[in-house]
Amino acid sequence: MSVTTMTQDLHQVRGLEVTDHPGPAPKRIVTAYGFWIFILSDMVMFSCFFAAFAVLSGETAGGPHGSELFNLKNVAIETGCLLLSSFTCGMASIAADVRNRLWFHVSMAVTCVLGLAFLFIEFREFADLVARGAGPSRSAFLSSFFTLVGCHGLHVSAGVLWLLTMMAQVFAKGFRADILRRILCFALFWHALDIIWVAVFSVVYLLGSAA
Amino acid sequence: MTDVHHSHDPIDLAPGEEDEGRIGPRLIGYVVGLGLAILLTATSFFVAGTDLVWQPSIPVAIIVLAIAQMGVHLVFFLHITTGADNTNNVLALAFGILIVVLVIGGSLWIMSNLNHNMMPMDQLMKMQR
Repeated sequence: MSVTTMTQDLHQVRGLEVTDHPGPAPKRIVTAYGFWIFILSDMVMFSCFFAAFAVLSGETAGGPHGSELFNLKNVAIETGCLLLSSFTCGMASIAADVRNRLWFHVSMAVTCVLGLAFLFIEFREFADLVARGAGPSRSAFLSSFFTLVGCHGLHVSAGVLWLLTMMAQVFAKGFRADILRRILCFALFWHALDIIWVAVFSVVYLLGSAA
Repeated sequence: MTDVHHSHDPIDLAPGEEDEGRIGPRLIGYVVGLGLAILLTATSFFVAGTDLVWQPSIPVAIIVLAIAQMGVHLVFFLHITTGADNTNNVLALAFGILIVVLVIGGSLWIMSNLNHNMMPMDQLMKMQR
């Protein structure tokens, strides 16, 4: 078994030595890779908030528990908004790659509307919790809840602002190389937010109401 | 079309970028990703609210479904693959996952150990008086 794999490996090694020294990577790869590192460190930051929430989720200080507070129907709608917006963001990436302005603007506008709908529902939920006396100062559980979910909400807000900026830049300047790099980074950011939301709705809402 | 998408060096791919240049297959990729994500989400919401499943297995099921869905997002939306042109992206991701696992697992482990070894709160209050 090893003979064939070894010869293949040798070919690969020879290939690397002889032909593959292309010099520094193109700017598109360098930029996106740097942004990928940022996203991973953002996820490490979120993991600290998740760890804090997981440790503190039982410390309600006599206050309300998650199962009494959370409305899973709202969470399902929020999840649907973010999932669909991830999909339309993908459509915008394709449109940008084939330089189709109309489809780019349509998909980005739909993504924006879905993001805003998500933010609206989340804001209403927070306002409702505070009005019921379950604000962030009520218990350690609620402090960590508002920190974690609020931090994700802030990221989505920043994403919506970035999205509008990209629409404006494509409108004013077209699909220049630097703007295409920004669109690539924006798509990474938006899909990463969706991944974090998957962890949020599973750990915070579903496990929180089950417990 | 080819210079649109493959203007860079073919041996590496930027994170979030696809190997495939044609619109049709890319579109199908996103549709499949969305379908799988909706399926997994619906399953986890169903499992969380049902009496049909053995109750102690529910938290484990929710976590497994969440990890599966994150995998779906990484593959179909972020296009992180095992291909040779993706090695750098996968290595960075692996390091990120290592840190995340250490932070979350370590915190839970240490804090549950402390909780386990700590005196009950009412006795602690008595001692302070």
